[in-house]
Formats: sequence, structure tokens, C-alpha cells
Amino acid sequence: MGKILQLKAKLIYNKRVSGRYLHLAVEAPKIANVAKPGQFIEVRVSDGLEPFLRRPFSVHSIRGGQIEILYEVFGRGTEVLSQRKPEESLDIIGPLGNGFDYKPQATGHRLQVLVAGGMGVAPLTFLAERLKKLQAPCLSGRQASSKLQALVLIGAKTKKEILCEKEFQNLGCEVKIATDDGSRGFKGYVSNLLIKVLSTVDCRQSTIYACGPKPMLKEIARVSKKYNIPAQISLEEHMACGIGACLGCVVNTKNGYQRVCKEGPVFDAEKIIW
Amino acid sequence: MKTGLTINIGKLKLKNPVMVASGTFGYAEEFRDFMDLRKLGAVVTKTITLNPRKGNLPPRTCETPAGMLNSIGLENPGLEAFINEKLPILRKIGIPIIVSIASEDTPEEFIELTRHLEKIKEVAAIELNISCPNIKSPQSTVQSRQKSRGPWTVDRRQMISQDPKATYEVVKSVRKVTNKTLITKLSPNVTDITEIALAAKAAGSDCIALVNTITGMCVDIETRRPKIAAATGGLSGPAIRPVAIRMIWEAYQKVKIPIIGMGGIIDTLSALEFFIAGATAISIGTGNFINPKVSVEIIEGIKKYLVKNKIKDIKELVGSLKE
Ligand SMILES: Cc1cc2nc3c(=O)[nH]c(=O)nc-3n(C[C@H](O)[C@H](O)[C@H](O)COP(=O)(O)OP(=O)(O)OC[C@H]3O[C@@H](n4cnc5c(N)ncnc54)[C@H](O)[C@@H]3O)c2cc1C
Ligand SMILES: Cc1cc2nc3c(=O)[nH]c(=O)nc-3n(C[C@H](O)[C@H](O)[C@H](O)COP(=O)(O)O)c2cc1C
Repeated sequence: MGKILQLKAKLIYNKRVSGRYLHLAVEAPKIANVAKPGQFIEVRVSDGLEPFLRRPFSVHSIRGGQIEILYEVFGRGTEVLSQRKPEESLDIIGPLGNGFDYKPQATGHRLQVLVAGGMGVAPLTFLAERLKKLQAPCLSGRQASSKLQALVLIGAKTKKEILCEKEFQNLGCEVKIATDDGSRGFKGYVSNLLIKVLSTVDCRQSTIYACGPKPMLKEIARVSKKYNIPAQISLEEHMACGIGACLGCVVNTKNGYQRVCKEGPVFDAEKIIW
Repeated sequence: MKTGLTINIGKLKLKNPVMVASGTFGYAEEFRDFMDLRKLGAVVTKTITLNPRKGNLPPRTCETPAGMLNSIGLENPGLEAFINEKLPILRKIGIPIIVSIASEDTPEEFIELTRHLEKIKEVAAIELNISCPNIKSPQSTVQSRQKSRGPWTVDRRQMISQDPKATYEVVKSVRKVTNKTLITKLSPNVTDITEIALAAKAAGSDCIALVNTITGMCVDIETRRPKIAAATGGLSGPAIRPVAIRMIWEAYQKVKIPIIGMGGIIDTLSALEFFIAGATAISIGTGNFINPKVSVEIIEGIKKYLVKNKIKDIKELVGSLKE
């Protein structure tokens, strides 16, 4: 595994996307150059004692030497983070965790299904960026410029909470939306949309990559088993250290308790004991 | 000016008085990327039990004002895996390794663990964790379980180090089977720390480590459930520092064996308080989570403080509290 770095990174921007959601970018080439989709960083949101612990955020996008995260103002820590200004320096540790396992496909025609619930879009855009990079050289001629063999399902409570639709489309992904209240797209959970999709498109040899709330991931695991399509899911658990030392963030798996920050955050869905 | 940083604890000679606390530094390898591990005075391992332990149900941690609660439940791979998988890595660092041990069932487990560790040259000292709030101690099995109104049972979690007699017995029995430096780690969850510290000393402990976590609890007002699965856990971090300092000061006056002080150290200033109150060495716990290289920064900080104040040797600072 690569080296983990702790550094003071210059904050480039910290701007509201919509509602409670913000994009924050820091200049951290040493981490940006090696980070993989699904990995995360631990941010010390303030130098004081409150908030005390670092906060984990997925790498959302990499542009040159900049790491971007997408976050929701959720509690005190993210509130304080949202007040931080450009030019300030942010103490970050990363890249952390294992990341998604997305092997280059010889043919480049295997469909990748990305399923995001709420904030779960955060690591999946970075995955889409890298899938695109991988696929481009695989496809010959004109085809390469057009479509990415990736289908993205985004679930949100209402249409107002849909995130990153444009980002995924710009990367060439096909995007389908599910909202709980039916204000856009499919009415219902994104996991139900997934079932619908799986019964209409050819998903042989597909892989599902999912991130979102636990109940959603549990449902994805069930669907993945039923349709016999492997799923990689990114889990969240409260963390103290983020570097594998405290054993605080464990999840129960078929191999015993495993650390979300080290063996995860991405797990094979079939390994998790819910 | 050359500053003296070496200290002695029992037979153990440390090149500086800064170590890292059990359970907060993994098995050291987790911190390799952040610092030169060789700079540390010593490393204390996560507490090891004879058999592997799965640990407690998650969620196991939550943040508190200037601190955190944990109920890891001594998850560890057990003695054999520790010796085969972790020790070889620790050994390579080349600094004193202090192995923390605990018993799950009977006090005899301490003796058996010690017998094994006694044979391993690289084990510089043994730390008896008789103060973990997150497992049932041998004593508590004889206590009646108190049924609460909630869906969980609150068991009283009596710790060995809450009873001077039990402390004496355990330390004494371990003392009989080891010539290595023996450190006894005590709980702050007691009325009179000096009584327990004196018992550990009387039984032959070379040193006491103070403090383990303070038992605490947090409630989620939305779900009206405890924030961690085990309901109660150990509070650590700056929130407990004044309690730790007070106990070290009390113990220092009565117990004339070295004290390893810990509880909420996050920088040089907080580390220095401990020496002045009476600690011979210090240990950094939760501080490692906030800044993984804080321990080496503190070593440098202590040196600077000594030079600035024209103190030739750290030992002059120990217990130098003025009236
Ligand atoms: C691997 C990983 C990646 C994540 N990526 C993102 C991301 O890209 N964007 C985003 O908005 N959020 C992400 N989260 C969740 C994010 O870390 C929490 O929303 C954030 O820590 C909340 O902090 P707070 O102080 O605002 O909330 P509070 O509820 O006040 O926080 C109190 C404590 O609980 C912890 N906590 C609260 N919610 C979570 C949670 N869901 N997961 C882990 N710890 C939590 C906090 O870290 C803190 O220690 C991720 C979590 C993990 C584990
Ligand atoms: C996550 C965590 C795990 C711990 N595990 C152990 C342990 O296995 N054995 C032990 O003796 N103390 C353990 N402790 C207690 C610490 O070693 C230390 O005594 C305590 O946290 C107070 O110091 P601090 O405030 O610097 O963290 C643990 C503490 C934390 C926060």
C-alpha cells in the first residue's frame, strides 16, 4: 500500500453547490497524484479542541494537484468546515482506505453500474473519472470520444437533493434518477430503480459500485446476490483515528470485524454481515 | 547546552520520557508513514489477551467535548498471533517494547501471559492493564448483574484496579514470575487513587501508569439510545486532563515509584504539566489521532523548554510543583 501523508494543504475554494452541500478543494499534489477512487481523506476542520476528531471525506474529484471533496453540512464539524476560507491551510491526512477495485477491461464493453444514495455520489464521480480514463484507450477510433459504458443511478429524497447529475453526464455516463417523493425520475428508492434496470438491460459481467446510507447498501447487497452481479459497496462508520490504530470503525464481515478505514471503506457486498 | 532526557523505570532505561499509550498506537506500524518511530522513548502495544478477542459491537466510538468515548473491548489477535505477526515488526524499530496485557477470565491468565513474555528478550517491560472499563474483569463475574430498564443489561464492570486487595494479589502473582520491569496501569474511576497505587507498589510493581479512561456515556437525543453500542465507554482526551494531573500529583506525594502520566496530552504544554505534577515519563493516547506525529513534536518541544528554562535534566522537572 502507498504512503499515507499528513500535510497542511492550501484551501483553494469552499463554495456552496446547493442547499447544504459544498465543494471544497485543496492543493495537495502528493496525495492527488496517488489517490484512488473510493479512498478518503481525514480533515482537521479546526485547530482548536472543538470539533475534536478529524472528519473523513471521500475524494470526489482530482484536477491536477487539487483534491476536491463534496460534503453536506451535517453537524458541528461540517458547519465549522463550511466557514473555512480560501488561502487558509487545512490539515489533512490521506489517501486513506482501500478504494474500489476497477480492473481495466480488455473489451471495454462491460457495463459498470454506479449506484449513489444521497451523499453517496461523492466517491462515485471520481470513480467515473477514472473509468473514463481507462476506457478511452480501450475503444478504437470515434467510439472512444462518445459514451462511457457506465450507468449511474442517483437516489435522493426530492429533486432538490439530486447531486452531480451534470458531472456524470459530462463524463459520458448515462444517468437515471430516483426520488423518494417522485418529484423527478423513478418514484421510490434507488435500489428499486436498480432492480428495474437489471431486469431490462444486459448486465452479464457487470459490476455494481455503490455508496449511500446503510439500509440502501444492505438492499444493494441483497439485489447483487439475487442477480448474481458482484457489488462493491463503500461503508461509513464513526472513526477516531482513520489510520487503523484505534479499531473504532469496525464492521462485521465474514472474516470477522474489519476496519472501515483500513480494510474498507469499500467491501465486497457479499462479505458483510448485516 | 546539553539537556538530559534519559529516565529510568525499574530496569528500563529510556532515551527520552515520551511514549505512546496502549490502544492508541496500534502496533506502531500504523504510524510509520508519519514519523521516525525510532525517536520514541518506548512504545506500548494494544492490550493483548491470551486468546484472540473479537471486541465489542460497533459503534465503538463517539466524539465528546474535547475528547472521545471508546468501547473497543480489547479487540486483539491474542498472544500467539501477537508474537508471530506483530512482534517481528515492532522488534525491527529498535526501541523498547512494552507489552500491555489483560485477562479475560481469571487472574491466572496474567501469570500465563507473563510467563510467555518473560522468555522474549525484546519485551522490555510488561504493563498490567487492570483498568479497562470495556470488559468484564475477573472479579465482576461474582457480582450480581444489575438489570436495567433498557434493552441492555448494565453489568457493574468492577475492575481489578478498583480494589486495592485485588490489585495487590494480581501484581504480586505476576511479580513472582517475571524479572522484567513491571508497570501497573490504574483506573481513575476510584475514590482514592493513592490507596490503589500503594497496593501496586507493595506488591512489587516498578511503576504505575496513570490514568486509563474515565467511564462515561453519551445519549443520542433523536433515537434516545446511547451513542455507543456498549452504552458506556472510556472517556479520553483533553477533557480528562485535569483529573489525570490531579491523580498523578496525589500519587506522586505518597508513592515513591515512577509514574507514567497520561490523559489528554495533545501538545508540549500539556505534556509539561504532567512532569511538574510528578510524572517521570508521559504517554500520548488520543492525541495521536488528532496529530499522528505529535509524540515526536513533543520530544522536540520538551527539549526546547528545558533549554529555555536552563534546566539541565528532565528529572529536575519531575514533581517540581511549587506551593
Ligand atoms: C470513509 C468515509 C467517507 C465519507 N465521505 C463523505 C463525503 O464525501 N461527503 C460527506 O458529506 N460526508 C462523508 N462522510 C461522512 C462525514 O464524515 C460525516 O458527515 C461527518 O463526519 C459529520 O461530521 P459533523 O461534525 O458535521 O457531524 P456530527 O454528527 O456532529 O459528528 C459527530 C461525530 O460523528 C461522526 N460522524 C457523523 N456522521 C458520520 C458518518 N456518516 N460517517 C462517519 N462518521 C460520522 C463525525 O465524524 C464526528 O466524529 C464520510 C464518512 C466516511 C466514514
Ligand atoms: C481507542 C482507545 C483504545 C484504548 N485501548 C486501550 C488498551 O487496549 N489498553 C489500555 O491499557 N488502555 C487503552 N486505552 C487507554 C489509553 O491508553 C489511555 O490510558 C487513555 O486514553 C488516556 O490517555 P489519552 O487521554 O491521552 O488518550 C485506549 C484508549 C483509546 C482512546
